[in-house]
Amino acid sequence: MSRWIPEGPGIPDAQRRARGPVACIECFQQIPCNPCEEACPRGAITVGDEITSLPHLDTEKCNGCGLCMTRCPGLAIFTVDESCGEGKARVSFPYEYVPLPEKGSRIDCTDREGHFVTEGTVYQVRESKAFDHTAIVTVEIPREYSMDVRFIVRPAPTDSEEVNPDA
Amino acid sequence: MRKVQLLIVGAGPAGLSAGIEAARAGVQVTIIDENLRPGGQLFKQIHKFFGSRVHNAGVRGFRIGEKLLQETRELGVEVLLGYPVYGIFPGGEVVYGSADGVKQLQAEKIILATGANENNLCFEGSVLPGVMTAGAAQTMINLHHVLPGQRVVMVGSGNVGLIVSYQLLQAGARVEAVVEAGPAIGGYGVHAGKLKRAGVPFYLSHTVQRAMGTTEVEAVELVELDHFKAIPGTEKIIEADTVCMAVGLTPMTELASLCGCELVESRGLGGLVPVHDHDMRTTNPNVYIAGDISGVEEASTAMEEGRLAGTAAAESLGYIPAKEAARRKEEIHGRLDLLRSGQFGARRAQAKIEIERSFAQIKRGGEVR
Repeated sequence: MSRWIPEGPGIPDAQRRARGPVACIECFQQIPCNPCEEACPRGAITVGDEITSLPHLDTEKCNGCGLCMTRCPGLAIFTVDESCGEGKARVSFPYEYVPLPEKGSRIDCTDREGHFVTEGTVYQVRESKAFDHTAIVTVEIPREYSMDVRFIVRPAPTDSEEVNPDA
Repeated sequence: MRKVQLLIVGAGPAGLSAGIEAARAGVQVTIIDENLRPGGQLFKQIHKFFGSRVHNAGVRGFRIGEKLLQETRELGVEVLLGYPVYGIFPGGEVVYGSADGVKQLQAEKIILATGANENNLCFEGSVLPGVMTAGAAQTMINLHHVLPGQRVVMVGSGNVGLIVSYQLLQAGARVEAVVEAGPAIGGYGVHAGKLKRAGVPFYLSHTVQRAMGTTEVEAVELVELDHFKAIPGTEKIIEADTVCMAVGLTPMTELASLCGCELVESRGLGGLVPVHDHDMRTTNPNVYIAGDISGVEEASTAMEEGRLAGTAAAESLGYIPAKEAARRKEEIHGRLDLLRSGQFGARRAQAKIEIERSFAQIKRGGEVR
């Protein structure tokens, strides 16, 4: 597992993360893109007129609602909540595979490179028409891994979900 | 012979956008495409697009395609499908194939939006069933809902390779490797990030040496590269049943060439492209181009170039006053500049400037017909 902690204008500091849910915008290349800016109902994300600028997160305005996560075409926005007590943290990430993980199930959680970090529990799976087929999965994990865990080992499709059952 | 005011060859994002723009101005538009379905590659694009609101950012590509088709219908644009254009002759005479045999029509102005062809690599076993372009695999999964195979090796890490790899994962395949001859990932880091989180291994400074198998692909041999030269002894074998190639695209310039348009080599844009000015007009004053034929970029830029060519063609046909046309074109250029900014876009922006410079040079030399 890699213990790289990202830095940038979209990354909240440790103090802010400890206070409650907040976005973590892991967008580090100058690509012409700004849907995150208008996705935020609280105006917490600023890209500006130069749409290749990296998104800047106002961590005081951000309440970690996660609406930006489903609008980012790069699937590069996560939310972290280190305020849930008992040494736990909740990490949310966009998810565009079937089947969706089951709420309450134990699941292997991975880092940005897909390497195993820790076991966790699927705390929540959010879907909405407005998300346009990008679900938000939230896992509950030991707090020390809140900036490492960014994905899960995807649950295997069951027979009925096989894209091509004849293959 | 049937006469049309504006003929657009290609019903992809560039052609449809051009048609919409010109038809809105009042031009009688016919779009012709050899495919049976309109939309070009847009209906294979199930991912959300980059850009800003004016570029439909955050919207999945196929939904943008639906919107364009809806607009062409509302504007009464004629769309001829399944009709390949065979040739374009002096005076705007266009010869095309149809269900009723070869036909002709005469067009006052022509916009070529023919797109690009995917490049291929040649290696031992590259003719085995299971070796295909990334675009072919994308057509299979996203249009026909058929998996080309279970275990895929993707050759090329530009945005096409990265996006199609992700979509193959979504369709239920395993991507065993993304292979890149260069020392760094070619496409957007965020696209690569989706694959990495899903555990897909990247092989940088590697290439495919051969595909192994008797009647179909069973394994792929990779080799490490030192400045694009194979390092003996570094071969590794990966079990796979599918090899996808995402190694760039080449503009389809045949029709432009037939129209007498001057071509210029542009390394930043995929090869030979028709020389064109700021309005997308070629050195044949009745022929405009838009989209990948004018240099390989993205659907978002193709749509803006289409709008530009459509506006310019409508202006030249007398449907938009010069002042109003100038205002619209400037607006479109503003949006294009945004798409060509940043570390990935700057090279394309520069290549476009060089092409316009070639146009000016040719014009000065009196070679414009």
